[in-house]
Amino acid sequence: MTDKNWPLYEVFLRPRNGLSHKHVGSLHATDDEMALQNARDVYTRRGEALSIWVVPSKAIVSSEPSEREMLFDPSMPERKPYRHPTFYDIPDEVGHM
Amino acid sequence: MYTQALSLERQQDSNQEDPERTRRFQARIDAEERIEPTDWMPAAYRQTLIRQISQHAHSEIIGMQPEGNWLTRAPSLKRKLQLMAKVQDEAGHGLYLYGAAETLGVSREELVGQLLSGKAKYSSIFNYPTLSWADIGAIGWLVDGAAIMNQIPICRCSYGPYARAMVLICKEESFHQRQGYETMMALASGTPEQKAMAQDALNRWWWPSVMMFGPSDKDSVHSEQAMRWKIKRFTNDELRQKFVDATVPQAKYLGLYIPDPALTWNEATRHWDIGPIDWDEFWRVVKGDGPCNRQRLSAKRAAHQDGAWVREAAEAFAAKRAARRNSPIAAE
Repeated sequence: MTDKNWPLYEVFLRPRNGLSHKHVGSLHATDDEMALQNARDVYTRRGEALSIWVVPSKAIVSSEPSEREMLFDPSMPERKPYRHPTFYDIPDEVGHM
Repeated sequence: MYTQALSLERQQDSNQEDPERTRRFQARIDAEERIEPTDWMPAAYRQTLIRQISQHAHSEIIGMQPEGNWLTRAPSLKRKLQLMAKVQDEAGHGLYLYGAAETLGVSREELVGQLLSGKAKYSSIFNYPTLSWADIGAIGWLVDGAAIMNQIPICRCSYGPYARAMVLICKEESFHQRQGYETMMALASGTPEQKAMAQDALNRWWWPSVMMFGPSDKDSVHSEQAMRWKIKRFTNDELRQKFVDATVPQAKYLGLYIPDPALTWNEATRHWDIGPIDWDEFWRVVKGDGPCNRQRLSAKRAAHQDGAWVREAAEAFAAKRAARRNSPIAAE
């Protein structure tokens, strides 16, 4: 019996033409090819995808949860409302803009 | 479901309890925020989820056995294809759930090891035998029906990866239940012998299905904290009542009788009241003395051992290819 941890992969599916790939879950595989085959079997049993990406989980570079405030708070809509169309009052007479 | 490596690194932090962090954590839960793998969480929350999600995963995996029992004897090719699709789904559900559990910093090997050693529990319902084809119908209708009642609220569980896995699972479970009910319909409207088969299956699966929701609220040890953490949204008894209310009219439509002489409509509560549940039986099966506990575990161990050479071959193949890629001569 082998008890080695096989590498973890993240699975992304393109559900329809024109949409981007979206993360659906993860799986273990010994190599890239097996990861693709397993992703097909585990995540696309009902025509969920036109295309699959598998990415070794360790290749993903992630922002730190502890830095969330520093990174993202400055761009919150309440801090910079003027970046949003609703900030600007346009008279009804002008019509849809 | 994502980046086990990240959550493993940070697991140490979360084991250091801190009242202020715990308070902020509960505030996030109360505000219906979702907790993600890299977020701080109390160690007890992590442990509760690892236990619940892995038990859920093990149940899906063991659940393939009672159904697999009828794959080679399905009454038609159509029924065989449907059952194969369902059994494949159970495998898939187990894998989604193992993936979700792993985001909490536990390895797949450890989880599978707990199942194989008998340390981990799985749903007791799968320790009952499937004696006739009608049992396949009854499992789809009742067992998957009960599972759906349980699982739909978990789509809103506070832990993001579990909730997302559950959304995938619930979409697929609906096919399972309808497939089961349709199988029961075919039998119930068939010959007297077929109808008797359907009734017999209902007789044997009714009470174990009612017990699937777990101990009564007054005896349920984990319930209160799980509700506070929004891992659970309804109590065991609330979910059980929903299941009974939904299922009684379905049995009536089939022309079958629910094996509970005490079953009565309560006009005051607008619910069906059921007779007493045999909790001794429930605990007996949980503790390992159901009709099939030993059989299920030994079949799972055998499958794991018999598959060892496949895993070894895959590892050897991957190692060989990696070595060739790294060798200067083989560079193409």
